[in-house]
Amino acid sequence: MQYALLIYAEPGYDQALPDAEREAAYAEYLALADDARCIGAAHLQPAETATSVRVVGGRTLMTDGPFADTKEVLGGFCLVEAANLDEAIELAARIPAARLGGAVEVRPVVPR
Amino acid sequence: MLEEVFRDEWGRVLASLVGFLGDFDKAEEAAQEAFAIAAERWPASGMPANPGAWLVTTARNRSIDRIRRERTLAEKIHLLPAPEAIMDEFDDTVIKDERLELIFTCCHPALPLEGQVALTLRALGGLETAEIARAFLVSEETMKRRLSRAKTKIKATGIPFAVPGAHLLPDRLDAVLAVIYLIYNEGYRGRVDLGAEAIRLGRVLAALMPDEPEAHGLLALMMIHHARRRARFSGEDLVLLDDQDRSLWDMRQIVAGRAVLDRAIALGGRGAYVVQAAIASLQTRERIDWPQVTELYRRLADLTGSPVVELNRAAALAQAGDPAAALRAIDRLDLDGYLYFHSTRGELLRRLGREDEARAAYRRAIDLATSTPERRFLTRRLEQL
Repeated sequence: MQYALLIYAEPGYDQALPDAEREAAYAEYLALADDARCIGAAHLQPAETATSVRVVGGRTLMTDGPFADTKEVLGGFCLVEAANLDEAIELAARIPAARLGGAVEVRPVVPR
Repeated sequence: MLEEVFRDEWGRVLASLVGFLGDFDKAEEAAQEAFAIAAERWPASGMPANPGAWLVTTARNRSIDRIRRERTLAEKIHLLPAPEAIMDEFDDTVIKDERLELIFTCCHPALPLEGQVALTLRALGGLETAEIARAFLVSEETMKRRLSRAKTKIKATGIPFAVPGAHLLPDRLDAVLAVIYLIYNEGYRGRVDLGAEAIRLGRVLAALMPDEPEAHGLLALMMIHHARRRARFSGEDLVLLDDQDRSLWDMRQIVAGRAVLDRAIALGGRGAYVVQAAIASLQTRERIDWPQVTELYRRLADLTGSPVVELNRAAALAQAGDPAAALRAIDRLDLDGYLYFHSTRGELLRRLGREDEARAAYRRAIDLATSTPERRFLTRRLEQL
């Protein structure tokens, strides 16, 4: 099964870390992205760069900022292939943001 | 009689079908069908030698038939791709007990706790949706939705039907124990059927995990508590341990509970359930060894870090003869919103002859009481001052 691991964290949580810890966290992200079970991964630009788009009556409307105005924002995601939810959760728990005050939302992907 | 066999076999049959079909709803449907056939046939033809195997075989055959029918139909109208092979051959003399897999699925922490509880009672306990709804004081419709949401999440998110590997097992076993104990505590509030239900589940778990001390510890704890249930109320009124009529205790169950506790201790069990069972056991002795109870509460406080346990430790310390030290310990706790904090303080202040303060503490406790028996009990204590 495929799962999306959606990484939510407070903006700048990584910048607040001591250098060595930050380096270690980045290395862990890279290791996860290199894991054979990881189909795709992305680190997103900060939420200030977000544009939310809606189409109303055929017109494309834009608002500056992320869809939901929350303290934690979507900072990145991984798409993984896992045997079951337990395996997906184990991968999610390896994401540094999960232990650094953020959370990883695990969502099964609808099979095509 | 038939009903009892059905209750005993339900969990095993359902577990086997969930394992076979990989789908909760289909398994439940097939199990219900097999039980209905049995209810029709057995009274006339007699019960088969192995009712569980008969039920599983019948349910499997029926579901295979149904899958074949659906497939034929689908092929005719070209809706579905060619089906993958389904295993027809299966040895009906050895039916693997898959209830442990089922327990870990039902008590998966990714499910909401109320869903875990409901599903465990339905799947393992064999309770009807309406019965579970009554036990938790919600409508049948609400309970149906709760169960269906849990089953949908299991399927959609791929919650495994498996006993977790060694690295996950301790945490996941804790979750299972917590669900069973929660069911027990719902029964403890006067609804005895859930208490008995939790003990049944505890027995199944202890039998399936014979080397897990905490499984035995929880079972012992529930058995010993449950044995005192008839003495705990007099009419509508709560009766404290000291004032309970011991002739109302079920001594056979207490003795049986102690044997389970011995097993847990022999397995090296020193966990929270084992310690609580040991405390419960000591409290059913003719003369209660309060210093030892105090010591066990201290260990429990170390294990749990819970201020409520500290409160119990202080109460035991007072029983052991030192109410002044107990009051000092209690006054260090941050439990202002907790009824029993104030009632215990009230009792200690009374013993120390500080009656005005005792009255104030009881009044505060009465303000926090949520049930009539609690309020009546506390009002009586206040009036006795």
